[in-house]
Amino acid sequence: MKLFAASPAQRSVLPGFGLTMGFTILYLSLIVLIPLSTLLLKTVTLSWEHFWQIMMSPRTVAAFKISFQTAFYSAVVDLIFGTLVAWVLVRYRFAGKEMMDALVDLPLALPTAVAGIVLTTLFSPNGWLGRYLIPHGIQVNYTPLGITIALVFIGLPFVVRTVQPILSEMDRSNEEAAASIGANRRQILWKVILPEVWPAMLTGFTLAFARNLGEYGSIVFISGNIPLKTEITTILIVGRLENYDYAGATALAFSMLVLSFLLLFVINFLQARSRQRFEAFA
Amino acid sequence: MNPAGQSFDESHLSEPRLVRWFLIAVAFLFLTFFLGIPLIAVFVEALRKGFSLYRTAIVEPYTVAAIKLTVIAAGVAVFANMLFGIAAAWAITKFDFPGKSFLITLIDLPFAVSPVISGMVYILLFGMQGYLGPWLSSHNIRIIFATPGIILATIFVTFPFVARELIPLMKAQGKEAEEAALVLGASGWQTFFKITLPNIKWGLLYSLIQCNARAMGEFGAVSVVSGHIRGQTNTLPLHVEILYNEYNFTAAFAVASLLTFLAVITLLLKKLLSLKIGRKTVSG
Repeated sequence: MKLFAASPAQRSVLPGFGLTMGFTILYLSLIVLIPLSTLLLKTVTLSWEHFWQIMMSPRTVAAFKISFQTAFYSAVVDLIFGTLVAWVLVRYRFAGKEMMDALVDLPLALPTAVAGIVLTTLFSPNGWLGRYLIPHGIQVNYTPLGITIALVFIGLPFVVRTVQPILSEMDRSNEEAAASIGANRRQILWKVILPEVWPAMLTGFTLAFARNLGEYGSIVFISGNIPLKTEITTILIVGRLENYDYAGATALAFSMLVLSFLLLFVINFLQARSRQRFEAFA
Repeated sequence: MNPAGQSFDESHLSEPRLVRWFLIAVAFLFLTFFLGIPLIAVFVEALRKGFSLYRTAIVEPYTVAAIKLTVIAAGVAVFANMLFGIAAAWAITKFDFPGKSFLITLIDLPFAVSPVISGMVYILLFGMQGYLGPWLSSHNIRIIFATPGIILATIFVTFPFVARELIPLMKAQGKEAEEAALVLGASGWQTFFKITLPNIKWGLLYSLIQCNARAMGEFGAVSVVSGHIRGQTNTLPLHVEILYNEYNFTAAFAVASLLTFLAVITLLLKKLLSLKIGRKTVSG
């Protein structure tokens, strides 16, 4: 079959490039690019002063601050426990492992609204967890802690599913080589395994952080949406849309979109580096 | 144990048994607390007041209307994104053209956008104050606060699922088999249905299951464009929200249990399929 790979300039013998490429571009434009560009168009109709005034209002600043903090702390928890879960799933054998592996994807399959109402119910004064926590002064619902817990749930699969394949495809002979020259387990973990897994961990962390920053469905129930205290950016955007304050919603949404693009750029960069690193080892 | 015959302490290749057990226990407790308990709690709350109330909540007309709308929106979205995913994967993996990696990044874009913004951009485009709003309303076409808007928002949030699954799969399979079929006289469509499709069917099915789960469960994007008109623009997740906000917890959890059941089926099918196609990476 080398016949067809003769020269790179030779046109492919396969048909359908015009049709599939045309449909791809058309569909991408109609569904994604044109709708997203309206956000840019709408933003440039706002004057600088107006945009700045919306962005610097105490309620906006507080919402971004809460969004960032909760997304960051939850992604840190996901990074630690997600890596641990990935490690346990790849390296150890135990009963119920396949079930545990399947369960990790639950946050991706369970509608966020369901996650929101069930977590809120669990931490309510009569809930399975709330009845033990609230008497000890630990209030989860309607606090940033509640938002963080919901986001830990949402972001977990992103860390596990990024770290897991890297761990399972890792070449064990590097560890054997290190052991054969006298490295102990701790040295192997820190000097051989961690450097290889670290880029994937960082990618997973960024994916979870990006996802958590834009989360809405699970938070709207557990946060109580108290302005300046537990109102996150996405909830503020929806509130403004419901009041037909499109200028206010647009300024916030545009800022979030720019942030998402920056994070997407970081993720692509990290993944490319992680792949390079991986290929250098393989 | 050691084919190369090096001499080193095997214990350096894994943790002591006690540490292993400890780590497994921590992972198990963490997943039980964050995933297991919520999963069980949905069903317990739904059945708290007995099966007859559960049944009443599910056969109630507004719930049935929500189920219908959810199935329609997810059906259209999954089908449209399947056509797109196959077309995009064909163009990207069978041909060389400049800007390919940029195109792949654009396809992934909807996953990077907050669901709330995914819904909002359609309001800016089709809403009463939107760019096409006046024209649409003068022609009596309703997109926002109606079924088309819900379908569009659902398509947006599930946009990349099929394409991002098929692109690496079809890339790995190369194009020799298709080229051979064409040289032997098969038409383009015959080649696709007889050669390509059988090769990608399990991967395609896997992506459709994922796409469907997200489509049926989407909340944020659909919430923004729906208008929450009961019996008309309420999908299942939105119906859960309304019931919950009315303090009708048993009914809210009964409807939520349908979605949770769907999620569990999705996870089981994904697991079975990933074992079948020898897949290690289960992407998000």
